[in-house]
Amino acid sequence: MDVRKIATLAHLEITDEEVALYTPQMASIVAYVEQLNELDTENIEPMLGGLTAEGEATDTRRADVPHESLGQKNALKEAPSAVEGHFQVPKVL
Amino acid sequence: MTIREKIEKTLDNAEKLNGELNSFLSIERDYATKRADELENDSEEKSLRGVAIAVKDNICTKDLQTTCGSYILNNYKAHYDATAVKKLNDAGAVIVGKTNMDEFAMGSSNESSAFGTVKNPWDRTRVPGGSSGGSAVAVASGVVRASLGSETGGSVRQPASLCGIVGLKPTYGRISRFGLVAFASSLDQIGIFGQTSKDAADVLGVTAGRDANDSTTADVAVPDYAATLDNDIKGKKIGVPRALFGEGLDDEIRHAVEKSIDNYKSLGAEIVDVELPYAKYGIAVYYIIATAEASSNLARFDGVRYGFRAEDAHELREMYRKTREEGFGAEVKRRIMLGTYVLSSGYYDAYYSKAQKVRALVKKDYEKAFNTCDAILTPTSPSVAFKIGEKSDDPLAMYLSDIYTVSANLAGIPGISVPCGLSSEGLPIGTQLLGNFWSEDVLLNLANIYEKEFPLGAKPKIFAE
Repeated sequence: MDVRKIATLAHLEITDEEVALYTPQMASIVAYVEQLNELDTENIEPMLGGLTAEGEATDTRRADVPHESLGQKNALKEAPSAVEGHFQVPKVL
Repeated sequence: MTIREKIEKTLDNAEKLNGELNSFLSIERDYATKRADELENDSEEKSLRGVAIAVKDNICTKDLQTTCGSYILNNYKAHYDATAVKKLNDAGAVIVGKTNMDEFAMGSSNESSAFGTVKNPWDRTRVPGGSSGGSAVAVASGVVRASLGSETGGSVRQPASLCGIVGLKPTYGRISRFGLVAFASSLDQIGIFGQTSKDAADVLGVTAGRDANDSTTADVAVPDYAATLDNDIKGKKIGVPRALFGEGLDDEIRHAVEKSIDNYKSLGAEIVDVELPYAKYGIAVYYIIATAEASSNLARFDGVRYGFRAEDAHELREMYRKTREEGFGAEVKRRIMLGTYVLSSGYYDAYYSKAQKVRALVKKDYEKAFNTCDAILTPTSPSVAFKIGEKSDDPLAMYLSDIYTVSANLAGIPGISVPCGLSSEGLPIGTQLLGNFWSEDVLLNLANIYEKEFPLGAKPKIFAE
């Protein structure tokens, strides 16, 4: 298992020490979950999500009534860096 | 006593014990006393008027901190109350503080919190369980009557068991998840700790129900839970899956749980055999589905809109990577990477699709079993509270702490842990009752009768006066 490659996919910059720590741990967890391979699931419908039958049957549409939005000031309140009504980030390119 | 005096006493207790137990990440004195004064001047009848409640720090509270036990959300304040919090406030409850937890609810011991381990009030060298360890200890140490936690694989029932209190995980879709920071959305559910089943019933009655802000809440009537708590349980059928009482189960736990079966029998319940052949695959299914969903849900923590941002990054992706590397702890990173791996190209079918299929089989197990019984009884945890540090280097051993609890989250059914005895070292043991969809009333009734007829009769060493 290439832990460094996985970390890159997950936007994590991990150290060499972490690679050494996680590699055997993740390998043992993956080996454990592979016990599912002993089951024949050929004709089983997968369970997508966690909804109960009653949850499936519930009409989830909300009344189309305007309501107050969060607003720009609140939306930016917790930002580590915000300028002139925008989130500020380091250069993209 | 006035509401203000009662709340001040609760706050004093919380502050006094927190040095020893670390169960609260914030104790909100100004907020709570202001609320108490408002309630004092409001004569309207409210079911939880003046009742102090502690809330796990992954449930949003307007203007109070919500850190998820993570450095990446250090000092984060939500813009709104979670629906469950709003409903508690509307019912007159007073939020007195936010409780410690495993980082992003990932853990079974509370050791993964970025803000220090919670101590078990029965023995401070032991863990309280997790991930809702702080909420469990706030109740177990007598500071509050009830608290909110959250469950993804047993994070309320397991700490309830290890701390000697009642812990309820409702049916998926019973309590709104609006404002609960997402870990694994198809498994997450807000849960409740109570000194007693009555406390849990009171909080469930207020917080349950359909919410337009959470499309997974179901349109199902919320019964008056308090009204059926004392019903005679004679003739109730309790299923026991004997095959799950084998390997890996501590002898003292087996003995105490067997005793709880006998006790239910003595109260007139009928004990029947049930089989849950796929339950043993629960942990494997769980660690595929939960990590997959977590890797997606936790992508939002990128240092842009809220929370911590790493300094000295010169370009955007570098900023993401450094922020996440410095902001997340080891267990969270491990799970994000596991989830990324099982969802990655070439592995998706082998892991994620396979797990979804076995999840369907686990659910079918329960549907079949509930044709023949009203509830299923198992241990809650395979061991009593373990020593701090005992399992922290071995993630897989830690994951197996949830062997009896995860399958309820996979299936979406409710479960409750009730104290059923003490080990030879004086540590609490819990028995778990699992119910059919929406049958929290049955579980609370069974739990309430049990704790009245067979009370634990002991208190933790550290307990608020």
